[in-house]
Amino acid sequence: MNETTPLSRGQRWFRALAGDAAGNAPVSPIWYADAPLCDESARFIAVVPDADNRFPRARENVVGLEQGWRLARAVREVVDADARAERRRPIVAIVDVKGQAYGYREETLGIHLACAAAVDAYASARLAGHPIVALIVGPAMSGAFLAHGYQANRILALDAPGTMVHAMGKEAAARVTRRCVEALDALGETITPMSYSLAAFAKLGLLDRLIDGVDADAPTDEQVARVRQILADTAASARCGPSDLSRRLDSDTARTTRAASIEVRRRMAMQWDAGESA
Amino acid sequence: MNLASTMAAPHFAATDSFIELAARERARRLLDADTFRELLGPFDRITSPWLPLQGIVCQADDGAIVARGTIDGMPAVVAAIESAFQGGSIGEVSGSKIAAALELALRDCERGKIVRPVIVFETGGVRLQEANLGLAVIAEIQAAIVALRRYVPVVGVIAGMVGCFGGMSLAAALCTRLIMTRQGRLGMNGPEVIEQEAGIEELDASDRRRIWQLIGGEQRVATGLADTLVDDDAQVIGAAVRAAFAAGVPDVHRSEAVERYLSLLSGVTPETVTPEAMRALFGGASSNRDERRLDR
Repeated sequence: MNETTPLSRGQRWFRALAGDAAGNAPVSPIWYADAPLCDESARFIAVVPDADNRFPRARENVVGLEQGWRLARAVREVVDADARAERRRPIVAIVDVKGQAYGYREETLGIHLACAAAVDAYASARLAGHPIVALIVGPAMSGAFLAHGYQANRILALDAPGTMVHAMGKEAAARVTRRCVEALDALGETITPMSYSLAAFAKLGLLDRLIDGVDADAPTDEQVARVRQILADTAASARCGPSDLSRRLDSDTARTTRAASIEVRRRMAMQWDAGESA
Repeated sequence: MNLASTMAAPHFAATDSFIELAARERARRLLDADTFRELLGPFDRITSPWLPLQGIVCQADDGAIVARGTIDGMPAVVAAIESAFQGGSIGEVSGSKIAAALELALRDCERGKIVRPVIVFETGGVRLQEANLGLAVIAEIQAAIVALRRYVPVVGVIAGMVGCFGGMSLAAALCTRLIMTRQGRLGMNGPEVIEQEAGIEELDASDRRRIWQLIGGEQRVATGLADTLVDDDAQVIGAAVRAAFAAGVPDVHRSEAVERYLSLLSGVTPETVTPEAMRALFGGASSNRDERRLDR
């Protein structure tokens, strides 16, 4: 990789957390490697910029056709390797994705299926018993976040400028909703799911921990060590929890902000079998 | 009945449009006759908590219909999205209704009681007024599909005219089998979004013929990204759904075929991606060929 090109957040954190153990250089646009996470080995995966990608709309840290399928391969490789293992290794998704690749080639060739393949791989790994932790170090946008991070047992984020979660980029969302970016930000302050901030995301019960006091662009060794310890603790706790996503509705914050999600499930369960012989 | 109507061409007279039906009627038509029972119907009045805060009038079913019944005599659940409300967009309530239906079907399947799930997609994706919660519930729907399809085929129908876009296009791709009409479209990014993000030289969203050539039902089935092409006819679509269940759970789902698709992609020349080239490359490799014409 060209040393004069500044590293993306995803590259920086991949190097910090898994770099030394990676051995041979990872291949863009999906960097992955197995590296120690406290007392065990974990698979670290990041989507990184790929200036030479043959698909011109997929050269930044976005999820395009090859990214989606290669994410799936990076995940399925450990699922297969650990299929007979007593202990399935944790998978850490380092999330720094600006969005999905927008282009006619992508649509023609089925980017929706490529992204679904990544979703499938992460969900299948979780169901198989791998603890999956997403660590948001940059943007976690829209379909790209669905493909890389959103199927995790646990979601962590750095509380730092540049980390955000949303269904659509600010400029595009402003255009579609016919608002200016400032109005959109103001709306996010009163309507929690409209916000781009990780603090608001936490209020939805979707974030397990917001990690403060870390420089996301130039972390110190001590800060990296602290994040690594949090990842290990989170993976250990995920291993003891359910393999589905029910935990996301099982917090005090979710009971407040996602009351409707919970009520829908409660009432539907009551009506599910009505009128049938059980 | 007058003479003119009895003399009408039988083909047209027999047409029983599915596309023209609202979501509730679509669900009713996919279930065995007289077995439709709606869950969380309009009288339950669970509506979006977020739309009124933005001055938008709610709909009592939030644009998602969930109904139980039977398909070929087997317990079933149909989740049908209503495009007439907010473009079929997925909000907290509409998305949670679909997720809950799939989660309950999964619970029954885990207990040995198979429930046949059908999703009728008609959606632009996340409802932007509920942004992050829309995305969150789509992730939950996806998780449920992956878990459920280990027990029973999860069958998706994309009839049109909205089509299926955004995060829900991923949910569709996770389905065991997809049934599409020629009017249906399946893509991750809608044409308007691509034109906005990448410029009109990338894609002209007003070129409707080209859009359908790229992402329409006929192309999707011809390239193996969907399984069955059907006419816009409720009986034909119902037959395709029953056939999709009868075919059982495959060894490998489309979204699991990683090496196959990476190999296909490696044969693509990005400079010359056309619908015809895509058919030549992907069409012959489809593992779903035999299923395609089951009910044509």
